[in-house]
Amino acid sequence: MSDFWSRFSRNRGAILGLVLLATVIIVALIAPLLFPKGPWQMVQRPFLTPFATEGLPLGTDTLGRDVAAGLAYGARVSLLVGLVSTLVALAIGVPLGAVAGYYGGWVDEAAMRFTEFFQTIPNFALAIVLVAILEPTLTSITLAIAIVSWPPVARLVRAEVLSLSKREFVDAAQLAGLSNRRILLGQILPNAMSPIIVMASLMVATAILLESSLAFLGLGDPNIMSWGYMIGAARTVIRSAWWLSFFPGLAIVITVLALNLIGEGLNDAMNPHLNRKGRA
Amino acid sequence: MAIATTVLGRLIKAAITLLAIVVLNFLLIHAAPGDPAAVMAGEAGAADEIFIAQLRERFGLDQPLYVQLWNYVGNIIQFDLGYSYRQGAPVFDLIMERLPATLLLTLTAFGISLLFGVAMGVAASARVGRAGDSIITGIALLFYATPLYWAALMAVLVFSVWLGWLPGFGYETVGGGFTGLSRALDILKHLILPATTLGLFFMAVYTRMTRASMLEVAQMDFVKTARAKGLPDRVIRRRHILRNALLPVVTLAGLQAGQLVGGAVLTETVFAWPGIGRLMFESLQARDYNTLLGVFLISAAMVILFNIVTDLVYRLIDPRIGATR
Repeated sequence: MSDFWSRFSRNRGAILGLVLLATVIIVALIAPLLFPKGPWQMVQRPFLTPFATEGLPLGTDTLGRDVAAGLAYGARVSLLVGLVSTLVALAIGVPLGAVAGYYGGWVDEAAMRFTEFFQTIPNFALAIVLVAILEPTLTSITLAIAIVSWPPVARLVRAEVLSLSKREFVDAAQLAGLSNRRILLGQILPNAMSPIIVMASLMVATAILLESSLAFLGLGDPNIMSWGYMIGAARTVIRSAWWLSFFPGLAIVITVLALNLIGEGLNDAMNPHLNRKGRA
Repeated sequence: MAIATTVLGRLIKAAITLLAIVVLNFLLIHAAPGDPAAVMAGEAGAADEIFIAQLRERFGLDQPLYVQLWNYVGNIIQFDLGYSYRQGAPVFDLIMERLPATLLLTLTAFGISLLFGVAMGVAASARVGRAGDSIITGIALLFYATPLYWAALMAVLVFSVWLGWLPGFGYETVGGGFTGLSRALDILKHLILPATTLGLFFMAVYTRMTRASMLEVAQMDFVKTARAKGLPDRVIRRRHILRNALLPVVTLAGLQAGQLVGGAVLTETVFAWPGIGRLMFESLQARDYNTLLGVFLISAAMVILFNIVTDLVYRLIDPRIGATR
């Protein structure tokens, strides 16, 4: 563990990412303490510029709502949707890829055709269609994002399982009389964890981008304040009130960047045998 | 002959994929809350019981589900994607009218992202570990994390509102009365901001991929040979490393380019670009499901077509691809 940490912390970008992400998480957690009135309430007259009014550091929006409060509450939905949709995508992709890679044959063929199908469909368009037709709620948004994000997981897990199942410890487990299920769950998958974790951290970032893009198009849960919604609502007044779109966008960039940096750090720390120079 | 079999195989696969998407569309319509006839009646602006019953009969919605599916697939094979009551036109016509603008936008964005992505990747790999490398990889990381639509909005703000260099709205100057070359120039001016912002994300992807690929190829033995026989660094980089490093990048780029069609929804919304992405946004707002699903199907078809074309082009350029299968 300390070995892992020392490799991780050698990557300065990863540490920066960790600090940024921790900040976003803390703000999301204490949002109700910072802004007890919530993000929807009108607090002042509309279109107050940032850094000009006491107590409203980022100004007010078109309806006189506090932009800073919107950002703090928006962090909650971004992180929540990012995390949960990634977990759901893993729950689809890991078993499918593992079974395909371990059993091979027609199971593999069928699973990979299915995966390929979902990879061919333009994934943002599919997410739009799913959310629009199922009505935008937190659940439908999370599900839609999971449905468009699992195929790379399935492919990665399949490739890992395929190469691991040729290793000697799997032969040994077979000789010891372990059932296929126990070998897959107890022997192979634990060894495939590190690339899955790296991919998952990058998927959370992508999921946050997807969620914000959907909300920007008006496909956010109408009861929940989100960064994408804030930008979408301010789109038409960009000429007169730039800060309404600027700050939420900056929040997205910082959060997504932090997650990507952490993902790279994890990759360096968990796969030290990989040539650092060759890292993409 | 081999090419012909490949094309046939790919076309059959494409047809199966499209059929699966059509079935998915059909299931989605039926998964939608509310009765399709009531939704249609709402779109047409009338909602009394008799009218809904008439619609149900006219569109076969009173038939069993498998008959409906059969009819739906039959219609789509004849390019009948349904009728948009909101726009007062058949969906297929609406899409075809808007398709050229989207093709122009996405293909330009693809070209920009590939060109600049590869250039930046090559530049970074030539300075690996030094300041120039850090700056380029830093920029790529930033673009990689920037939401497409936000980059578009900020570009409008800076280059259109503040600096006034480029138009931030539309496809051409309304009432400009341009013809011929001056019209093409006018469209080009309108194209720069949307195409660049749409290409930013993939530019970042290609930068990272090119850099990694260049560094990987540089380790290979034939590069050492070239160096040993005294070729100048510049020549090795261009003729030996770049040519071999480019192949995986371009292959993957071709496969991913289809995703630009999805991103076009965002870009076209911001720039009021009259393509199918904008049409999708309009149909979202109007809850016009026929149009929404029609655009979805056509964009998937575009992705599949694009994949087949790139695949064939690579087979022609590099006979090694596909030779092992």
